[in-house]
Amino acid sequence: MLFCTLFLKAQENVVVFAKYDDMSRQFLKNNDTLYVVNFWATWCKPCVAELPFFLEAEQFYKSEKVKFLLVSLDFSDQLEKRVEPFIAKNNIKSTCFLLADQDANGWIPKVDADWSGAIPASAIFKNGKKVHFTEGNFESTSDLKKLINNHL
Amino acid sequence: MKQFLFLAVLFFGMSFSGTKPMGYGVGDQAADFKLKNVDGKMVSLSDFKDAKGYIVVFTCNHCPYAMKYEDRIIALNAKYAPLGYPVIAINPNDPISNPDDNFDAMKERVKEKSISYPYLVDSGSIYAQYGATRTPHVFLLDKAKVVQYIGAIDDNAMEPSSVKAKFLEEAIADLQAGRKVKVATTKAVGCSIKAKA
Repeated sequence: MLFCTLFLKAQENVVVFAKYDDMSRQFLKNNDTLYVVNFWATWCKPCVAELPFFLEAEQFYKSEKVKFLLVSLDFSDQLEKRVEPFIAKNNIKSTCFLLADQDANGWIPKVDADWSGAIPASAIFKNGKKVHFTEGNFESTSDLKKLINNHL
Repeated sequence: MKQFLFLAVLFFGMSFSGTKPMGYGVGDQAADFKLKNVDGKMVSLSDFKDAKGYIVVFTCNHCPYAMKYEDRIIALNAKYAPLGYPVIAINPNDPISNPDDNFDAMKERVKEKSISYPYLVDSGSIYAQYGATRTPHVFLLDKAKVVQYIGAIDDNAMEPSSVKAKFLEEAIADLQAGRKVKVATTKAVGCSIKAKA
């Protein structure tokens, strides 16, 4: 039964993290892969508007050492009601996390000291270090690609 | 080399500070405002003659985080307004792109929730002057309207019963005791403010 639930979760592709530090291990790695981490939520209009840029860029960099991680900040009780249906409906195949760490005052500064906590926000990590942070949305896929190219 | 490093640090330091949003920091003198309340009357901080401080909250109707905090904001006003720390809520969102945040929707919400504190329309971009970036975003001012605390109401948006640190209440307690606010800024997730361009 448990196995079955886990399997279904994997199918839906949303991994829930209760602690930021457990999640950040997924992108703070000592390798030369670029991790593009986008913080979003289903209720956040500008986040939803820029998601297609990330999906397009992910396709574009498919054969490169670039990984995209979509981190939903929806409340965890919305996982089955909103997040998973949204991901299914929009046919999102990216790696999706839901960060349920309520100690925002503790984890937000770990992403970036200047981040106010407003979303959307995006960060790029390489070799276990943050190389870029954006608070606010991207205007286009090419804006995002330009930024990624700077760090490839 | 040392000099170069120093210059590099200076340069990066400047470019980082350049990207920071403008607005108040703790210790800054906050400006008063005159904004329209849901009842059509104009409200200013100076209307609260006996205030010992002001809980200015940038919030809105539609944001799930703002909604999670709504009952807590109502409770804060019930507890602290009689003690001289009234809540003044300001909705900074553009009512055109967010119809859920328009004047009628604000009136509706106030009625539905029996909200007794002012809920003002930010027609003067006060949010930008204060440096609010998200909803909800709290600015606690002292009697002289000096900013004493900026940030979140507490440390758990989702679950009021799991709150461990009541940041705002602790800051008010510091003000009441005439102490320097110990935790003067906190971060929180929130909806970015969608004001008119």
